[in-house]
Amino acid sequence: MDQRTSTQSQPTTQPIRLETGTAARTEQPTAGSAWSKDTGAGAAPDRSATRHDVVFQARDVSVHYGSAPALVNVSLAIRQREITAFIGPSGCGKSTFLRCFNRTNDLIPSARITGQIDYHHQNLYAKDVDAVEVRRRIGMVFQKPNPFPKSIYDNLTFGPKVNRMKVDFDEVVETSLRRAALWDEVKGKLKQNAYSLSGGQQQRLCIARALTVDPEVILMDEPCSALDPIATAHIEDLMRELEHDYTIIIVTHNMQQAARVSDRTAFFTAEVESENDDRRFGRLVEIGDTSMIFSNPNDRRTEDYISGRFG
Amino acid sequence: MAVATSERPNRQVDGGFRAPVGNTVRERFTQLVLFLATCVALVVLVTLLVDIVRDGVGGLSLNFLTQYTSRVAENAGIRAGLTGTLSLMVLVALMTFPLGVGAALYLEEFAPRNRWTRLLEANINNLAGVPSIVYGLLGLSVFVFFLGFGRSLITGALTLTLLVLPVVIVASREALRAVPREIRDGGLALGATPLQVALRQTLPAAIPSILTGMILSLSRAVGETAPILVAGAVGSRRADNEPWNLSEAYTAIPIQIFDFVKRPQEEFQIQVASAAIIVLMTLLLFMNSAAIIIRNRYARNR
Ligand SMILES: Nc1ncnc2c1ncn2[C@@H]1O[C@H](COP(=O)(O)OP(=O)(O)O)[C@@H](O)[C@H]1O
Ligand SMILES: [Mg+2]
Repeated sequence: MDQRTSTQSQPTTQPIRLETGTAARTEQPTAGSAWSKDTGAGAAPDRSATRHDVVFQARDVSVHYGSAPALVNVSLAIRQREITAFIGPSGCGKSTFLRCFNRTNDLIPSARITGQIDYHHQNLYAKDVDAVEVRRRIGMVFQKPNPFPKSIYDNLTFGPKVNRMKVDFDEVVETSLRRAALWDEVKGKLKQNAYSLSGGQQQRLCIARALTVDPEVILMDEPCSALDPIATAHIEDLMRELEHDYTIIIVTHNMQQAARVSDRTAFFTAEVESENDDRRFGRLVEIGDTSMIFSNPNDRRTEDYISGRFG
Repeated sequence: MAVATSERPNRQVDGGFRAPVGNTVRERFTQLVLFLATCVALVVLVTLLVDIVRDGVGGLSLNFLTQYTSRVAENAGIRAGLTGTLSLMVLVALMTFPLGVGAALYLEEFAPRNRWTRLLEANINNLAGVPSIVYGLLGLSVFVFFLGFGRSLITGALTLTLLVLPVVIVASREALRAVPREIRDGGLALGATPLQVALRQTLPAAIPSILTGMILSLSRAVGETAPILVAGAVGSRRADNEPWNLSEAYTAIPIQIFDFVKRPQEEFQIQVASAAIIVLMTLLLFMNSAAIIIRNRYARNR
């Protein structure tokens, strides 16, 4: 808690809607960047940067499914080694937006993305960027725990194997389980099927699994919505632990959770845009330090949502 | 508030929780009809089995399995049919598995959802319903004559492969579709390519159901008579049967049964044919049990 309050006391001078934490950049990533397949696995994420470095800069990101817009003109920055929470009513495009950061929307045939997302000054959607490599470096944890129907051990070695990482598998298994605060519970039964674990343990296994391929960022889409309060508390503790080394974006429908774990919060909403068109588009209302969003938001809609007055 | 409550009609039930009379009777009657329908099927099956076992059990012996057929009923055996059927099974399995699973993987995991794919799918589904004798005619014209394989074991195996392939593809696709989407997502999120996910996660998770489907289709193929009869299996093969010689003539148990029934002597028509049927049914029973065991073990491991 203390550590977070100290970051919150940093003056927040950015305009709320559109973040320009870094000066607008026009240069395009050069060819043969670290994303191309050949250099991929070797390039370790740079963890030496200071806390407020920008990891992602989204500019005017819109996503359409077929011809229906799901999310319109979202611009925001995600800062390094912080937890950013996305909150908002369901259907406002939080998951859709989250999937843009590791290019999983590419796998949905009808999804179309416009705008730009820079990852350390590199356009994630540039031509020479390999989406598979993006997904290795930007991990994801899903709403429902989804371990593979295999042993705990095999769950954790799959990532390193497919990425041909030259590592000691036993060591990867142990470190990732320790980092995910699961080692003590499962160290004696690594050969057991992962389905034999409880829901909360399965979710921590999935977090451990994401850590095995050494990502810089972890995206979490409502990781606790299928868990009981105790398992949820475990995961929240874990997230605060991981925050020291990883950048985390979490989608949550639980506002207390956002308030408890996140450093910054982005509030999205889906509103009818005009009277003669009842389609709803997701929009970013505002983003700011979590304490500010929850105590003194700039926008009426945020205030209404947070105080439960939302329609 | 208090006033409103007291004004609410008193819903005190007079008859307790007893069901209305008509309901119970209708319920019982329907159940009885359904039970009788089951009985009809069961009675037919039991009659058939009893009849065949009574006729054929006398003809069963080790010699019956190890001897070739003969003009004399006491000496007749189904060695040629048994080895033929077993080699057909192995060959069909070897060809069907990669083709069927490959096609299913492509269609389920990689094929773009467009008109061409839909056309392909519709065709495969329709092929699964084509009468088996049509496959026999196809085998005759393509493998026997056009490709010049003659009336050989490989012709029979290829013909049966074509026959079961659509069913295997459809069953394998269903097995793949039953693998939760989340497993694929989990694999992809680790930086695995779609092919790696398909081969290392989705397929292994689906393999038990795929195997079940394979075995059931194989057991259908093993019992088929018409297609291989048309495509050149011989009726009564006496000696020199080498089950692995792909270019040799061959026979199979159903073909032999057909041959036995056609003979003039009553011993062949009744005893020998029934004994061969018992062997065939035992084989099918084993295959179906294997399929059930695999399915159950899979269900337990989940
Ligand atoms: N795969 C998809 N295909 C079509 N529409 C989708 C798909 N996923 C989400 N949507 C639509 O996009 C909108 C935003 O969905 P989502 O991102 O899941 O919202 P949230 O996570 O905030 O609840 C919804 O209207 C939803 O119906
Ligand atoms: Mg969602």
